[in-house]
Order: sequence, then structure tokens, then C-alpha cells
Amino acid sequence: MASRLMALWDWFDARMPSVAEEFRKHASEYYAPKNFNFWYFFGALSLIVLVIQIVSGIFLTMNYKPDANLAFGSVEYIMRDVPGGWLIRYVHSTGASAFFVVVYLHMFRGLLYGSFKQPRELVWIFGVLIYLTLMAEAFMGYLLPWGQMSYWGAQVIVNLFATVPFIGPDLALWIRGDYVVGDATLNRFFALHVIAIPLVLLGLVSAHLLALHDVGSNNPDGVEIKKKKGPDGHPLDGIPFHPYYTVKDLAGAVVFMMVFCAVLFFVPEMGGYFLEYNNFIPADPLKTPAHIAPVWYFTPYYSILRAVPPISIEWLGIPPTQFPGVMVMGIATLILFFLPWLDRSPVKSIRYRGILYKSALAIFVVTFLVLGYLGTESVTVWGQFGPWLGSADVATVVARIFTLLYFAFFFLMPWYTLIDKCKPEPDRVTM
Amino acid sequence: MKKFLLALLVVPAIAAASEAGYRLDRAPIDPHDQLSLQAGARTFVNYCLNCHGAQYMRYNRMTDLGLTEAQIRDNLILTDAKVGDTMKVALSVSDGKAMFGAAPPDLTVVGRSRGADWLYTYLRTFYRDDKSPTGWNNAAFPQVAMPHALWSLQGERSLEVVSHAEHHAPPEYKWGQLSPGTQTTVQYDTTVRDLVNFLVYVGEPAANDRKRIGIVALFALVFVFIFAYALKKEYWKDVK
Repeated sequence: MASRLMALWDWFDARMPSVAEEFRKHASEYYAPKNFNFWYFFGALSLIVLVIQIVSGIFLTMNYKPDANLAFGSVEYIMRDVPGGWLIRYVHSTGASAFFVVVYLHMFRGLLYGSFKQPRELVWIFGVLIYLTLMAEAFMGYLLPWGQMSYWGAQVIVNLFATVPFIGPDLALWIRGDYVVGDATLNRFFALHVIAIPLVLLGLVSAHLLALHDVGSNNPDGVEIKKKKGPDGHPLDGIPFHPYYTVKDLAGAVVFMMVFCAVLFFVPEMGGYFLEYNNFIPADPLKTPAHIAPVWYFTPYYSILRAVPPISIEWLGIPPTQFPGVMVMGIATLILFFLPWLDRSPVKSIRYRGILYKSALAIFVVTFLVLGYLGTESVTVWGQFGPWLGSADVATVVARIFTLLYFAFFFLMPWYTLIDKCKPEPDRVTM
Repeated sequence: MKKFLLALLVVPAIAAASEAGYRLDRAPIDPHDQLSLQAGARTFVNYCLNCHGAQYMRYNRMTDLGLTEAQIRDNLILTDAKVGDTMKVALSVSDGKAMFGAAPPDLTVVGRSRGADWLYTYLRTFYRDDKSPTGWNNAAFPQVAMPHALWSLQGERSLEVVSHAEHHAPPEYKWGQLSPGTQTTVQYDTTVRDLVNFLVYVGEPAANDRKRIGIVALFALVFVFIFAYALKKEYWKDVK
């Protein structure tokens, strides 16, 4: 039996040797540093969540109806009448949030160990492109259940494009395909969500991995393992990705699945953060909810948007516009692309960086969390200051301070990474 | 790193937000109490289903509650609907608008959008108000368009709100009973408890299955993890 299988494989290999070759190149002879720690699970986990989303998404489309009159009901049909439908739907809704959880942790890993630095700038750029594409994917997917938050969230986001000078209103109309978010919008968002953007995502993920495998993985020490090679030509501190990291990531994936299942089976709404309560009310174009909040993974940027006051230019006759806020929010995401060139530290890893970068990163994480929290709440959540501060909303003032801190992390980076007192890097990785 | 993570834990502590309005009571519901769910179903079809539908909920799904299809057909279907039909309502949207000013919303997933505590409080805080078009008002949902559908059970009540704004204290709610209902306060609270229990069930009929399967899934994953971890240990024992 075994020899027959081998014969079959030889037959296959003789006709398509590149399969075995690619497997060697990307797995069994891809040498990864041996000192990966906890933070290095999240890349593989992102890939797993991508597969989960694609598979569960395919099954959802079998019963979902992209029609403004039927969409909400078809989701409830999936939840009730389709055998196992509730499971598929919760896998997909939990997966959406899980995707951002693992991607944010994966990005944080990059910041911790300088994975974005030379020679991995392209890996980082493809990663940021994946992140932005993922945001588009999540935003369009969120419209599909056609609940109140789907509807009004989409309305708010599409209206951001309407603030662009001159072409704004036409641009928003072009995106919606209607004067308000409606059936045309739902149909095109469905098409983009289930085929167009996933194709882009798959292409970008391939590019991310190809670029990574060409330069090799970074590690918690931030030293290049390719500089010290053994007599066999392989890095001394490298081990083949397969089987070492496939079995390690398998164990990590099982732990991740435990957390994933704990949410999915016991708290699928995650206290209103993964599935917002208002989204169980069908979309009603005539009834604006009192409080519109995007899903948690967008809220840091939503906070930044709200923190920028509308500006009017009276001598030009321009009425108050939110465009500056939209621009600042755009810059907040696009600035990530420039990270490899903003960081001028001689070392990569947080282990050998000085106090300045360590503090900056800590402040940045707190900033991101505070902005994220504030984005889920209304601006009045912390009340108002007294008349001595113009009775301003406390939350708005706090959001403004943290917006400045967000940008300070990036704009001051060339300065504080240059004067930071770094420790010497070791020659080899430490375990 | 440890200190850093600890610092992150402090952030949510700042996040204690206060919600204005009437303080909600905790709904003492139990999704496994089939008698309570059956009682709630009876109240629902008798008092709610005349104006509100549950258009995504099939009558025969109530076999989940330990009922047979025959029992459902004989006791819980008060229209000419078939047992496999969904709980639609005869009242049209336009009629509903004309009668109440707003069409009564579908209640299939109201347990999920409003939450059990809100429903439990709302259904127990109606009071007589001459100024409202229906003669009824509600403490949890001021100016609600819906009259008190369960008034014959609870009776008519009055409410006087004493403001303590000058002391920065929440207002005081003074309830009075204008006329008795057919149920005592305890009986009425139980009726509403059962109804809310049922509405939460209708919001997600698969919820009990979900939790049951979840426990099996987690145990299975623990089992798989033991092998995955042993495999990793075996492969990695030579890596130094």
C-alpha cells in the first residue's frame, strides 16, 4: 500500500515538481528563528481565522438574501430554521472580531520587536494593506444583517466621503448607488464583501508571506539569524518551520480555538461588542438611533474623527465641515505605512531599546485602548467640565489629548528613537 | 512586561458609565424552567400576539418547551395558522400606525435588542396618565405609544416622581394602586417573569443547545490540546 502511494507521488512529482519544491521552500526548509515566543502565534492564527471566515462565509451565502426587504429575516432564518445555521452565523460573527483581535496583537508584536524595520519594510507594507483591506471587508460585511447599527453605521461612514471638498456628495452617491443607504448599497456591499475584497485579501496575504519568506522572520531578539550560518548553509539559530513551528502553532491554534469557542458558545454577543444589541432591530431609514457606535475594532479611529472639531472658513464662504476630522482619521491609518522610516533606532527588539521607546510604546497602547473605549460611548459619557472650561464634554477633551498622543508616537519617533540609549544586541538569539 | 499589562487592566476601570433614567430591575429568568416558558408562551399568545407578531418564530418550534405539536395547536394557536407557520399578526402596519401612532414592533428578537431586565422592568412600570393619548404612560419608556396590555392582571397604578435634583440625588418614584387587578403583585411579577423568559427564548431558540454543545466542544478541545502539546514537546526536545 505504502509503495503504491509512493509510486503515485513519484508520478505526480515527475509531472509537477514545483509542489514539492514550494513545500520545501516555504515549510520544511524555511528556517525560522528558534526563539519565537507567545507573540509569534498571531500570524498563523490570523491565517486560521481567514480560513474560518471564508468557509463559514460560503455557508452563510447559501441562505442569506442580499435584499433590503429580506436580509434581516434571512439572518433570523439562518439562526432558526437552517440546521446548524446559528453555529455558522456565530462562527462568522465571532470570527470577524477574532480577526481584529489577532491582527492587532500581530501588529503589536511588530512594534515590540521591530519586525517592520529594514529589511522587512515590504512585509510591513503588505501587512498594513491587509489591515486596511480587512477594515473595508468588515465594514461592508457589517451592513449585511441589515439591522439598525448596520444601516446607520454605514450611513455615517459613507457620509464621511461626502465631506470631501467639491466631489464629496457625488462620491458618496456613487458609493451608495442611491441617495440614502438602500437596496442598491446592500447589493453592492454584498458583492464586494463575498468576492471582490476576499480576493484582494488572499492576494495580499500571499504577498505578505512571500515577502516574509524571502527576507526571513524576525525574532524577539531582533538579530538576523542569516548572519550566522552553519557548515550546512542553514542559519545556526534557525529550525525548519515544518515540523517545528507547524506542531507548535497547532498547539497554539487549539488554545485559540478554546477561547474562540468560549465566546462563540457562551457569550456570542460579547456584551454588545461583537454583536450590538441595536442590530437586532431591523434597519429603519426613518428612525435614527440615539447613539450610533461602530463595532469595537473601528472605535479608536472613530474617536479620532470625533475629536477633531468641524472647521468653517468664513472668508471663503465654506460652512462648517467634518472634512478635517476625516482627513486626520485617514492620516491616522495611513501613517502606519511610514513606520519603517520613522524609526531610526539601531536595534529592533524592545529588549535592547532604551526607556524612551519603551515608554512611547506603552503610552501608545494605552492611547489606542482609551480611544477605542471612548469610540464606543457617546461624547457625554463622562459629563461636562464646569463653565471655567467652556462646559466642554470631558470625553471629547480626553479624546483630543489622546489623539495628540497617538500622533506624537509617530511624529516624534525619528527624534526619540535616535536619542534613545539602546543596549548592545547579542550576536546570537537568546532562548 | 508584567507591569505594563497590569497598567492596561486599570483602563477599563475608568470605564464605569452611568445610565440615566429609571433603574432596571433584574429579571429572575431561567432558560431551563420549562413550566415558566410554557406559562410565558400562554401569556404571549393571549396578550401580545394580537398586536405584535413574532414573524420569524414558528409555532412548532415551541416543542423545545416540552410541548407536543397537538398541544401547541390546541392551546397556543388562536388563529387559523398552521403549526408550521410563523407567529404572524393580523394587524397591518398601517392599521397599527393609525391606532397607536407607531406600528407595534415585531417581537421575535426583542429579548436580544432590549434585554431581559429592560423588558421585565418595562412590563411592570405602566401607570395611568391623563395627558397621554392612550391614558397610559411608562416609567422605563416615557411617552410610550403602547397602552398597558396586561392591565387587567396588574390593575391600574399611579406614579408620582419626586425630583431630588437639588441634592444631586436620583428622583424618587412613588407608586400607588388606583384599582386592583386579578393578580397580586407577586403573581403579576411571576407572570411578567415567565413572559420575559419566553421572549428571551424566542430571541434565540437555539441558546440552550448552544451552551450544551459549547461544553462538549471545550472538553473536546482540552483533549486535543493534550495531544497537540505532547506532540510539540516531542518534536522540540532537541531544540536548544
